[in-house]
Amino acid sequence: MTMRKFKTGNLIFTALFALLSVFFLMPLVWMLSAASKTEKEVWTFPIQWIPTDWNLVANFKAVWMGDVAFGLFYMNSIKIALISTIATIVISAMAGYALGKLDFKGRTLIFTLMLAFMMIPEQATLVPRYIMIKELGLYDSHAALILMGMFSSYFTFLLRQFMIGIHNDMLEAAELDGAGFFRIFWSVVLPLSRPILATVGIIKFIWTWNDYQGPLIMLNSTKLYTIPLGMQFFKEEFGTQISVMMMASVAAILPLLILFLALQKQVIDGIAIGGVKG
Amino acid sequence: MSESAVTRKTTGAEPKTYWTRKRREQLAGWLFIAPEVIGMLVIAVFPLLFSLFLSLTEWNLVGGLSAIHFVGMDNFVELFRDNRFLLALKNNVLFTIGTVPVTMLLGVVLSALIHKKLYAKTFFKVAFFVPYICSTVAIAAVWQALYHPSKGPINQILMQIGLSEPPRWLVDTSFSLIAIMIIYVWQLLGYQIIIFLAGMTNIPEELYEAATIDGASGIGQFRRITLPLLGPTTFFLAITSTISSFKIFDMIKFLTDGGPNYSSTVIVYQIYEEGFERFKMGYASAMSWVLFIIIMLVTSITWMTQNRKVHY
Repeated sequence: MTMRKFKTGNLIFTALFALLSVFFLMPLVWMLSAASKTEKEVWTFPIQWIPTDWNLVANFKAVWMGDVAFGLFYMNSIKIALISTIATIVISAMAGYALGKLDFKGRTLIFTLMLAFMMIPEQATLVPRYIMIKELGLYDSHAALILMGMFSSYFTFLLRQFMIGIHNDMLEAAELDGAGFFRIFWSVVLPLSRPILATVGIIKFIWTWNDYQGPLIMLNSTKLYTIPLGMQFFKEEFGTQISVMMMASVAAILPLLILFLALQKQVIDGIAIGGVKG
Repeated sequence: MSESAVTRKTTGAEPKTYWTRKRREQLAGWLFIAPEVIGMLVIAVFPLLFSLFLSLTEWNLVGGLSAIHFVGMDNFVELFRDNRFLLALKNNVLFTIGTVPVTMLLGVVLSALIHKKLYAKTFFKVAFFVPYICSTVAIAAVWQALYHPSKGPINQILMQIGLSEPPRWLVDTSFSLIAIMIIYVWQLLGYQIIIFLAGMTNIPEELYEAATIDGASGIGQFRRITLPLLGPTTFFLAITSTISSFKIFDMIKFLTDGGPNYSSTVIVYQIYEEGFERFKMGYASAMSWVLFIIIMLVTSITWMTQNRKVHY
């Protein structure tokens, strides 16, 4: 696009939108503000956006150093999200390579079935998956969540769409050098797919971090809880102490928000590809 | 076919072994796809079929595997006499009607303005997208405080502007579902904006330039160029949003437990309640299949009407 001159109309719209987005994000601003206040000041009206009586440290302590082990929930969430994300990337990238670049019997059939699998809603299989996990003796373990979270026909589809666009010359050149299919996958396809792998990784991480339904059904012991379940637990313990609840919400949201802001291009592009091609 | 003359020549040098290039590629293909295929069979296909079987039985999990009784279609018959389930079905329909058109309308208008009229587009995309990446549960906790019937800022403002008895939102049987719809629209709007913007970027700029030369106004251009060319995007969003509104669960579980008095219950919440609180596995599976069939119907509309899927 060519450089345009600043138009007054567009400047006005931009200013209006700036106001609109502040208004739109008001609930989050309110959360931050409430998390820094004393319980009494949370409810003052008109809203006291900047606390007169800062209580940030006490609320922080209540969340991180109280009886409810929020730090433990954090470690659990990080562990599950990291392992599920890595496993998904590996499994989906392998499948994407096979579907996009290898010629084998049944490929078209598998690909078609894969598109069909995308339609099976997780919510419709909650009961049988719970029974399976129980029968396998994995109920109330992180392994249950990771097992349920590492296969994704959606991400396989995204990776396949990307990998099919990699030039065959590069794969053939590697083959001339004597590389086998595994070596080609590892040292040619994966490095070339870095942008889409980053996109898939960050989106999968966010989804797993925020997942509430899975842990709700698969976990029982408090010490295994992830952050969303921890929030539930916290609500039962501190439901009436809004300032502390808001501090817990900040703790659940902030790390992901920072990760998102740092990688916003990958996240937004990834969501847009899913939408345009899906 | 990805095989080229070059590669055939290299491998042709060793034709005597059993492991020809073709056979090796075949094997590699199967090995690379195997984990995903096995995984999908185990976590999606088998459970779906298993739940079909369960839906024809009566089984209280507490009784163990020996307590399974085959009851035929009884569960499905019972479903349509179950007032809670019927209410859940109705609430899901209301939820779709109340959220999908609003979100899409706001989404298309806001993204058209962002696309055509604003500077710092990325900033606005990011700003509207923030709620979508936030933990639904954490966001729900914030809104619960905002909705507090007597002290919450929303009702304080409503009382300020003269509404002496504002709705009691989440604890009000006639407002609980609406309160959740508002949060849902707020969280989903950014997603719609991203998808609409992606669709708009694909519209050739020349069309707008030509229209400007012909003297078409901004609103005229939106109606005659943007909207018609966004057809596929709009269609995609209508279908996916309808499907996801039928899957709503997190906010309802966290905020209202389907209440007060089942006023905000939905299908997935009923599956959860029957299956995981009452342990009626057969009955919950029958509900799951109703959900699955609804989603299949909505999706099959996409497949029947959208032939352009072929370009995969």
